[in-house]
Amino acid sequence: MLKKLLISVSVICLVLVFLAITPNGIEAAPKKPYVFGMLLVGPYNDHGWSQAHYEGGEYVEKNVPGTKMIYIDKVNPADRPGVTIPQLVDDMVEKGAELIIANSDDMKDGIREAAFMHPNVHFIHVSGDDVLTGKAPKNLANLMGRMEYGKMIAGFAAALTTKTGKIGYLGPLINEETRRQAASCYLGAKYAWEKVLRKNPNDLKFHVTWIGFWFNIPGVTADPTQVAQNFFNTGYDVVISGIDTTEAVVVGGQKRKEGKKVWAIPYDYVGACKGGSDVCLGVPYFNWGPGYVGFIKASISGAWESKWLWLGPDWKNINDLHTSTVGFVSGPALAPSARLKLDTFIKNLGSGNLNLFTGPMYYQDGSTFLKAGESASDNQVWYMKQLLKGMTGQSSAK
Amino acid sequence: MTQISHATPEKFIRYTREALLTLLIVFAFTTLILLLAGAPPFAAYIHIFRGSFGSWIKFTHVIKAWIPLTLCACGLLYTFRINLWNIGVEGQMMMGAVFTTAVLRWGLESQVPFVVMGSSLGAGIIGGGIWALLAGYLKTKGGVNEIFAGLGLNFVAQGLILWLIFGPWKRPGVASMSGTEIFPIDLWLPYLAILRLSPVALMLVAAAVVITALMLQYTRIGLNLKAIGSNREAAFLFGLKPDRHMLIAMVFAGGFAGVAGGLQVTGVYHRLIPAISSNYGYLALLVVMLSSYNVWLAPFVAFFFACLNVGGIQLPMMLELDSSLSGVIQGALVLATLAVHAWRSRFRRAEIFGKYD
Repeated sequence: MLKKLLISVSVICLVLVFLAITPNGIEAAPKKPYVFGMLLVGPYNDHGWSQAHYEGGEYVEKNVPGTKMIYIDKVNPADRPGVTIPQLVDDMVEKGAELIIANSDDMKDGIREAAFMHPNVHFIHVSGDDVLTGKAPKNLANLMGRMEYGKMIAGFAAALTTKTGKIGYLGPLINEETRRQAASCYLGAKYAWEKVLRKNPNDLKFHVTWIGFWFNIPGVTADPTQVAQNFFNTGYDVVISGIDTTEAVVVGGQKRKEGKKVWAIPYDYVGACKGGSDVCLGVPYFNWGPGYVGFIKASISGAWESKWLWLGPDWKNINDLHTSTVGFVSGPALAPSARLKLDTFIKNLGSGNLNLFTGPMYYQDGSTFLKAGESASDNQVWYMKQLLKGMTGQSSAK
Repeated sequence: MTQISHATPEKFIRYTREALLTLLIVFAFTTLILLLAGAPPFAAYIHIFRGSFGSWIKFTHVIKAWIPLTLCACGLLYTFRINLWNIGVEGQMMMGAVFTTAVLRWGLESQVPFVVMGSSLGAGIIGGGIWALLAGYLKTKGGVNEIFAGLGLNFVAQGLILWLIFGPWKRPGVASMSGTEIFPIDLWLPYLAILRLSPVALMLVAAAVVITALMLQYTRIGLNLKAIGSNREAAFLFGLKPDRHMLIAMVFAGGFAGVAGGLQVTGVYHRLIPAISSNYGYLALLVVMLSSYNVWLAPFVAFFFACLNVGGIQLPMMLELDSSLSGVIQGALVLATLAVHAWRSRFRRAEIFGKYD
């Protein structure tokens, strides 16, 4: 009895002492880091979409003190059969993740399911629109970059460079996002062709070939290497990539070695020109860091909001690492004269003097997209229903 | 492939011992590869273990993988018993998923979701069964080796799924291999929120194991399958019809695989995706071989494989091993299993011939 009493008293004393010193104690002890998880659809070092996200995560670790990233890459049913998004989220939450970023359109359903199961964890689904459509729970937000501008610049550079007037677009799968990006590319190319070079509109050919997914899955998608080769072999001398990986530049480099005058424009990642510098006209890329920092700071401070963010370039300097979500770096293969024209083009886009999404504009089937003088709303651009008139290639699945 | 009819405890112990031996070799093999890759093997195993048993939620994910594996393994026991290599089990699972999806789509507006769900799983059985019958007919009527027939039909099934997802069943305006539109929540296989497991799926697996055990050990069909599998000519002279029994075995295999595919749709992905079968069919072939074609051992081996599948994801996450390494380990597992299997059957043959020479 006495023993128990003694133990109880000493325990109470200990607790009291602990409570007394706690305020100091917390400051002295290393703070528990704020863990955020990242689900990458491709390899973290793909020189494309997934690497851009991975480095965005590293940017957060560097710029928001006390944060730590955990990630898993190749999250797609072809690379990891049987592994589901909710399963990975469960695991990351157990490892302490308080916010989870899912970087693929492909994860839309899985991440929504996971968000419902973990109401206390915050989720960012990149490229999705669950918030717009009202399907998202309060803890799920959407983030995307206004790549339309990057794509316009890419299309502009392509049209200035092409000798044959034939531009190929290596498309991923068909949905609203990919249609609006291919269309933006075309608008940039058309502007350069008609307004800058003053050439005959009928001489510009812009063809889109879709492979079926964001990257090559043998036996499931069309092989992007073959698609790119096919473009180059049939007179298309500039290929613009819309997929997550770098096949366009790689194949372009091979063709260049065979003596063909060809060029390519990769996508997604600032360093994507590397290794194909003699054919690379430049790359429109995402810089996810600033967007992530915004969400993660809000999550830490308790100011989280479920919103749909479509972040654009910082027109003061579209390549500012700290402010611009979308950028374009010119590649070594871009001619100096074209470079000057490109700068003027970017300036005009930024000042608002130039809005390429201005009517009259028609869908591929001839129906009206924008009436004369009408400029497209965000919503109209986001939910691009078809390719535009003047482009060739499929608008939707047959 | 001439195995037990009555599972005496002695034999069971011997099979368990052999399975354990195989696992040991697999471990040695894997350790070697991990060492070659510059990874700490012990830490890797710990992570795989924790990744499978670290929490109840993780355990439920293991069970989710175990369910289709065990179902396919049960089906394969019938075909192995009659000496058929039903590689087509993967495609049979896919067709089960396709048929299930078809019924669920048809019942989208229905007021009685559980009826729709029940009949969708029934359709899954039919789908898998039909696909298996096709391979069976090619074998019995066309003389096409069931391995090639099955493999070919797997490709056809995969092609069919892709076509459905990109074509008739696509999401409006979208052509992506992400899969069909997700089903409304009342068409999801109900699961117990506390356990995070579906009692229906668990009951189906338990039923599959028990039915298979009874069928193979105590019924005439089971006996016939074994007789034909052991010596086709002798069985034929004895008045048994090998062709008919091959078709029966195939239907059972396809039916079980079909349920597995259906459960993947209603219970796991809630939609049809291109990789709906997740290679569980192929993995189940290994499960059955590794368990010496023993129905009571198969669920345990399946459980081990499920742990590897689920826990393996920790390797890239915790050790930052290049994530393709877990694929290499699985490949090694396949090779090790086959090697042990070949070695064991040769050993056994020597034993038998030694006795009767």
